[in-house]
This record gives sequence, structure tokens and C-alpha cells, in this order.
Amino acid sequence: MPDKPATLQATPLNAVHRRLGAKMVDFGGWDMPVQYSGILDEHHAVRKGVGLFDVSHMGEIEIHGPEAFALTDYVSTNAVAKLKIGQAQYSGLLYDHGGFVDDILVHKVADDHYFICVNASNQDKDYEYIAAANGHNAKVEFAGDRYAQLAIQGPHGPATLQKLTATDLAAIQYYHFTDGKVSGTPARIARTGYTGEDGFEIYIAPEEAERIWGEIMNAGQEFGIKPCGLGARNTLRLEAKMALYGHEIHASITPLEADLAWIAKFDKGDFLGKAALAKQKEQGVTRKLVGFEMTGRGIGRDGYEVYLDGAPAGWVTSGGPSPTLNKNIGLCYLPTDRAKPGQQIQIMIRNQPVEAITVPTPFYKRAK
Amino acid sequence: MYPANFHYTKEHEWVRVEGDIGVVGITDHAQQELGDIVYVDLPKVGATMEQGQTLASIESVKAVSDVYAAVSGEVVEVNSLLATSPEKLNEDPHGDAWLVKIKLSAPDEIKQLLSAEDYQNYVGAEGSKH
Repeated sequence: MPDKPATLQATPLNAVHRRLGAKMVDFGGWDMPVQYSGILDEHHAVRKGVGLFDVSHMGEIEIHGPEAFALTDYVSTNAVAKLKIGQAQYSGLLYDHGGFVDDILVHKVADDHYFICVNASNQDKDYEYIAAANGHNAKVEFAGDRYAQLAIQGPHGPATLQKLTATDLAAIQYYHFTDGKVSGTPARIARTGYTGEDGFEIYIAPEEAERIWGEIMNAGQEFGIKPCGLGARNTLRLEAKMALYGHEIHASITPLEADLAWIAKFDKGDFLGKAALAKQKEQGVTRKLVGFEMTGRGIGRDGYEVYLDGAPAGWVTSGGPSPTLNKNIGLCYLPTDRAKPGQQIQIMIRNQPVEAITVPTPFYKRAK
Repeated sequence: MYPANFHYTKEHEWVRVEGDIGVVGITDHAQQELGDIVYVDLPKVGATMEQGQTLASIESVKAVSDVYAAVSGEVVEVNSLLATSPEKLNEDPHGDAWLVKIKLSAPDEIKQLLSAEDYQNYVGAEGSKH
């Protein structure tokens, strides 16, 4: 493996990961742990117990001011007006042509304050894009270096975190958050995640990250807590069919194509990309994202071609083994009329067509 | 760690010579780098390999990696254990989880391969960069 280039960015927990013996990779310019004990082991820990992820590479953008709502609503596809204080919403940040700049999580902190969590490798681009769209009386602030973010995910996630906070976590519903304290330090505690499991994501000061990481590991010991890397994060989110920027969504893909029509609200005011989406909706979406399972031997991976009736018809955006279901699963784009469950497809794996079938998604849904 | 009677490549394969047969596998270092192995795509018995050609593909949870033929010759046996238990490659890469047996067509190729000591030094140097 190459030396860590000087240009790679590191989270405040970089030394902790190295002490734990994590395998580190360059993830969009960040030096991040891909695994500690092993992807399968970490994956199962999150599905059955609890796992702790360092997701401090994620970016944060804050929007303040009297017209914070107007700007936030204009740059995002979902209806910000529906948010109550203390609520979070999955949304899209689009180019005028309707393709994704990024997928984002909008939190309403106050009537004049929105907190947006964005993808690590997109955060500079997102900030500049939102700032450039700011024709409102609002202040756009890049806050990526003000927060460390930890994800405590799994059925025992709430019990683990509850030991460290006086905030009643049971009162925080899914996709809601509250500002409280974790082990004495101010924390934004959100019941969100990227695993398809119950749990929390907390935003804390970077200088507290190492101490809080240790506190959470101790608190979760009785539940068999494991540190988890990006490898398990990917297998977990794929089972839950959550999009990954650069794979299911990117600048040439719209929310309508990505099976994310629910985040594009046409009945609100104007927003970036709205006209292009409206036109696409009217003319019809030509390709759509759909899930598949391998029926032949092999694993359809990102970028592999998908064949229908002996001809190339689409491509795989993400694929791999599902540790929970013990199947090889994936997501792919297909012509809209064929992008429904029960369609026989072939995936070209090392120049050989291998049989697969489209299936309903998500592949995994936790019992409520 | 690395058996002294094996021969190694810088691509992290090993060869154990039994008469005119070369037993081929991947090294412990390779399985560690790959992580959890879930599927092994082996060649058919009877396939002819030139040194350096793609011999097998190993799928881990994270990615797929090619294994190159360390020696030339005809594949005379593939390890059927790996079809049902690919995880054995993580557990016993130098033993039960060999990949294929090749009837050597150019036995002199073995001389180009690394000794256990040289390979250990090679991965040691590679490992220290982590």
C-alpha cells in the first residue's frame, strides 16, 4: 500500500483507528478505516448488537438568518416547510439540469437556523453551490471542521448511548434530533443513520471525539459493541437500499431516475432543478434504479454491464454479498418499462453473462 | 509464517512443487489484504495457463481481485473445497485452501520465484508502509 499522501484529510480519530489496527483507505480524499475485525463481523454486530462508526469526514453546512428557510427550501428538493424544529429530512441538492450535486440531510434547529449534513467528498462543492445560490438574507457557513460525527447503530445503539446522556432518547423519534449532552459535552443527537438499523448519529466538538469514542466503546461493551468501518457501512446501506453518491446518484442522474421521487416535491415553491425535473416527469423517465439478486454464481459489482434479451441495457451501481440475507445483491439502472421486480437479467462478470433477477427493495427491513 | 519449501511471487501467490506438479495458492498476506472471502472463481480442469495470465478471481465482501498464474502449465485439479467453503482461504491459505494444481510445462520458472525469506522481507517492507 502506498504511503499516506500528505493531501489526505484525517478525522480527529485517525490515531485511534490506527491504534485499533484498522485497515485504512483513501475514501474521497479522506484517510478512513475500511475495517477493523472484518466487514462480516462488523456488519453482524450492527444488525444484532451495536456498532460504532467514525463518520467525522461527513461535512456540515449551517444556514442562519431571517431568510434561512427561504434559501434552504430553494436549494433542496424536499419540502422544508414540513419540518418542525428538531426534525431531519433526507433531500437532494440538484443542478439546474436535475442531476445531483449531492444528497443531503436537512435538520431544522430553529426557524432561522438549518443544519445540513452532506457527503465528505462533496462538502466544498456543496458549500460553494449553496453560497452561490444565496440571493436571500441568509448566512451560509461551512462548518465541516467544527464537528466530529459518530454513528451508534444497531438494536442496542439506544441503550448504549442512553448510559452517557440525560436526554431521554426514547423521546427522540426516527429522523428527529435534540441538542443535549453526551458524557458532559454538548452534542446534537439525531436518530438517523445509514445502516437500516435503529441508532443515533451525534455531532460533537472535534477535540472531544477521542474521549467520547472511548466512552461509547465502554458503554457498549455489555452488548458486544464493535468499531465499524466503511466496508460494513457499505454492505449495511446497500441492504437497506440507501443511495451512495457516485454510485446510485451523481451529476447525470435525477431523483426520478434514482427511485427517489418522494424527495422531489413539485407542490412547493421553486427549487434548484425543479424545471428540469418537471420536464422529465412530463416526458417520462427513460431509466430507473432497481434491485437485483444473483441467481447464477458470481457477484455483480459497480460498473458491470446489465444485459436484457442479449443486448446491453444498463449498468450496476452497487453490488456485493448481503451478509444478512446470504445472497449476492445489487442495484442497477434499466429501461423504465423493465425496471420492475421479476425481470430476468444477465450481468456481465469477467466477460461472462451471469443470471440475475430483479427484486423488490429494500433488500432488508428491520422489524419495528 | 511462510513455509520454507514454498516459492512465492510479488503478487502474493505461492507454489509448492510435487514432482512435475505445482500446487498454487495465495499467501497469508494476500488473504489479510482481501478481507472476508466469499467466492472463488477457479479455471476449468484442462485449461492451459501461461505464467502471468489470470488464473482465478477471488471475491471478498469488498472487492474482486485477480490471481495470476505463477507458473505455466495445464490445470489438472481445482480445489473443490473452495466452491462450498470460500472462507477457508482466510483460515488456511497455505494448507487446505490451495487453489489449483498445475502440471508444469516450464519447470525452470520456479527459479524466478522468491524464497520464503525473500517474500517475508518483501511483505515486511510493504507492510511497514501502512
